[in-house]
Amino acid sequence: MKRFLGFVKKEFIHIFRDYRTLIILFGLPAVEILIFGFVVRTDINDAGVAILDLSKDETTQKLTDKILSSGFFKKTDDLLNYNDIDRIFKKGHTRAVIVFEEDFGARLIKEGKATVSIIADASEPNVATLVSNYASAIISGFNREMNSTLLSAAPVVMPEVRMYFNPSLKSHFMFVPGVITLIMILICALMTSVTITREKEFGTMEVLLVSPLKPVQIILGKVTPYFLLSFINIITILVLSWFVFGLPVKGSIVLLMLETMLYILMSLTIGIFISTVSKTMQQAIFISAIGLLLPTILLSGFIFPIENMPKIYDYVSSILPPRYFIVIIKNIMIKGTGFMYVWKETLIIALMTVLFMVFSIKKFSLRLQ
Amino acid sequence: MRTVLFLIRKEFLQIFRNKFIGRAIFAVPLIQLLILVPAVTFELKYVDLCIIDNDCSVESRELISRLEGSPFFNVRYMTWSEKKAEDLLYGNKCSAIINIPADFGEELGAGRPAKILTRINAINAMNGQLTWAYLNGVINSYNENIIAQNQPLMQASVIPQIRVTNRYWYNEMLNYKYYMLPGILVILVTAIGFMLAGLNLVHEKEIGTIEQINVTPVRKSQFILAKMVPFFIIGLVDLGIGLILGKILFNIPFEGSIPLLFLGSSIFLVAVLGLALFISTFSSTQQQYMFVAFFFIIIFILMSGIFTPFESMPLWAQKFDLINPVAHLIRFNRMVILKGSGIADVSKELLLLSGIAVLFTTFAVRKYRKTA
Repeated sequence: MKRFLGFVKKEFIHIFRDYRTLIILFGLPAVEILIFGFVVRTDINDAGVAILDLSKDETTQKLTDKILSSGFFKKTDDLLNYNDIDRIFKKGHTRAVIVFEEDFGARLIKEGKATVSIIADASEPNVATLVSNYASAIISGFNREMNSTLLSAAPVVMPEVRMYFNPSLKSHFMFVPGVITLIMILICALMTSVTITREKEFGTMEVLLVSPLKPVQIILGKVTPYFLLSFINIITILVLSWFVFGLPVKGSIVLLMLETMLYILMSLTIGIFISTVSKTMQQAIFISAIGLLLPTILLSGFIFPIENMPKIYDYVSSILPPRYFIVIIKNIMIKGTGFMYVWKETLIIALMTVLFMVFSIKKFSLRLQ
Repeated sequence: MRTVLFLIRKEFLQIFRNKFIGRAIFAVPLIQLLILVPAVTFELKYVDLCIIDNDCSVESRELISRLEGSPFFNVRYMTWSEKKAEDLLYGNKCSAIINIPADFGEELGAGRPAKILTRINAINAMNGQLTWAYLNGVINSYNENIIAQNQPLMQASVIPQIRVTNRYWYNEMLNYKYYMLPGILVILVTAIGFMLAGLNLVHEKEIGTIEQINVTPVRKSQFILAKMVPFFIIGLVDLGIGLILGKILFNIPFEGSIPLLFLGSSIFLVAVLGLALFISTFSSTQQQYMFVAFFFIIIFILMSGIFTPFESMPLWAQKFDLINPVAHLIRFNRMVILKGSGIADVSKELLLLSGIAVLFTTFAVRKYRKTA
């Protein structure tokens, strides 16, 4: 035990000696949470729209004003004919063109109907759908106002809504847990895999292997300091997201801390596993940064909900631990549910931890060549 | 010139000597492209509903059957228990609860407005809003039906209605693959170039071989150039393979000019590699470099507007994106590939990219010291 403590102390000295890395280690997650809490959002304001008004009457003017004053849109241009649409889309600042047909107002009075076309630039389908939906909603609101006297007498169903868990519909609620999950797994995996392969590459691993320390002790000693550092990191992040984004921990903090520790442990074992299969630091970095980065962003449900993906990705993403942690952290932080609601996810992460440990121990050999 | 060629040859030998890296720089992007591109979509396929029908009248059943008939809703659970419904919502088993009060049919029959109560899981604000919008759509059509029944004289057509038609240009079916492929490709090329080029230089520092080069008459700019060219070529090859794959497997349309696309990508690669080498000149270990590079990569990617709309970022983030090469290239790629924008349309992006490229590369050459 004393030997082991000595080894851990050595690791701490190694870490603290390189103060630049240390600054990055603590600064990076904090800065990223701050940046992304503000930046990664999916609501739209000030999307560029151009108006093609072939009628130019009172009604089209009113409707245009209503659309532009909503705060979602800003006008980029007034178009004169249909050929302009392609030209303005190719420039790239206009997300949609709103086209009023000829004699719009007259038709509305005479025939009782008139048509607005919303032409959206679907090279970014998510923006196109949002812009279309927003504009359609504004127009149907305009319809209702126009006919409010006619409709008020009728017996209609009036739905009322309560947005659960996130009443003011902030994007933070979706993304802050995601960013925490993403950053922790990447940093933990990177740190451990690099610190172990570094010893291999410099040949100091051999020195450690011939010492009386057991391989398990070496690995544990490598991981312990990072475990503590990561834990401090997570606490910083949680405090930040509480103060800056008002994201409270509704559920039990103790449970959240325990789950976080488990997740950190799992991420560290992934790092160990990567280090046992790679010979050089470059290789370890390649696997843990480039190999893990995109799948974690895209398949874990961080930005893109898994329910929306084709069925097969339900299975593909089930091998990614972040997927489960995002569920856990959202349940505990935002919904405030207890262990009963997250035991399955917890069990899976625990199993993965054991699995990676077993793999690593099997793969870890006393001889380097 | 010959010196540079020899140096470049040395770099290539060193990169491909490591069998894993040599294969991974081509295999990893392609595999990720194949797996990730079809996965990603913002499209809300369907919403699982839990309905509490306290009324069980003809009217409430009519409303439920309309919800069942809608392609967006999937009535998964029917219950009378408020508690059970909440449990389902908390346990992610359903995304919305619709509560029909006991007097629903009665009120409607008496010609008064009737209420229904909806609870929606809005942790994902976008899905919450969409669910609400779809639900309103179903209820509106239900309402129109009631109005038409109750007042046969006042047909729906007499009420002046503005109709909306939606059309989507450049991607009528809203195919997310067209949108994701250029983006994911850019990310992969960035990550590989940025990580490997920088690590390569720091590695030489760490094992001391950089001093052997420092004592030779190789110029600073030649040295940086030689470090840049191999990853520049690898980046372009990766990009080319990725585009071919996109064309064959996902049938991505190519509206614009391919030389223009490669011109933009080349300038972009110089910018990214310049920054990578600049950072590596003041990192002393690979670990340090890796963390800084990692920081930049994540920021560049998530702030580029690839996954989330550019307009929803705060103004300071949009300003920051002026120096984010990834943001420019992603816009550029989508414009050229999907919309067929010409060089005049994308001149702003090209100019900004060139500016960044010159800036970062100059930094790298100036900052690099031949003294230890």
